[in-house]
Amino acid sequence: MAEESKPNTKRMSMIITKGTLDWAYPPFILATTAAAMGLEVTMFFTFYGLTLLKKKLDLEISTLGNPAMKMPMMGMHMVMPNLVSAIPGADAMATTMMKNLIKRKGVASIEELRQTAVESDVKMIACQMTMDLFEYTMDDMIDGPVLGGAATYIEQATKSDINLFI
Amino acid sequence: MADQVLDVKGLNCPLPIIRAKKALKDMRTGSTLQVLATDPGAVKDFEAFCRTTGNELVESKVEGKVYQFLIRRTG
Repeated sequence: MAEESKPNTKRMSMIITKGTLDWAYPPFILATTAAAMGLEVTMFFTFYGLTLLKKKLDLEISTLGNPAMKMPMMGMHMVMPNLVSAIPGADAMATTMMKNLIKRKGVASIEELRQTAVESDVKMIACQMTMDLFEYTMDDMIDGPVLGGAATYIEQATKSDINLFI
Repeated sequence: MADQVLDVKGLNCPLPIIRAKKALKDMRTGSTLQVLATDPGAVKDFEAFCRTTGNELVESKVEGKVYQFLIRRTG
């Protein structure tokens, strides 16, 4: 696959370790943009990042450990103290608010960005070890990703101009 | 006059770039694409996009709240 590419093609690789709605954006925005700019992109999904490959995405926001999180609400910015996350339904409420904002502000959904990444021939690798650990099978995942491990990623990283850990 | 017009008004990063790339892919070399956007970040983004992909940014201007880019597909 990559061997067919032109020798001067730029490459980017990414390790994606997080699976909340907010953390899903940076990798998919950068992957689709880099692909649009002619780069060859490899995404390595590991630990909680692996959930971003599931057929049905059910991504949530966590208010815990996110002190900088301020949501626009009633004309002001409301802080979400860590204590709020102890209230049942707090994360679900924050998720709903975030999804409404995303729609209202013309921000792409993760589903749309992921679909664009697949269509742009972004290479996706699902971490075999995490698949075992969390008891996932490739049937749980969208079409496109291949199974691989650290060596598969490292080989791509050595050939890449940009390597990111997200 | 541009050969094709792409309206991405109301869309946020990275959609204007993604949609423009999709449109350019199906156009012949030498033809021009006009992009209409409302995302202020698109100004620097289309400059960077064109520099990196080798497409020519013929014009970049703003009229009211609408940013207009004229891109010629090259190569």
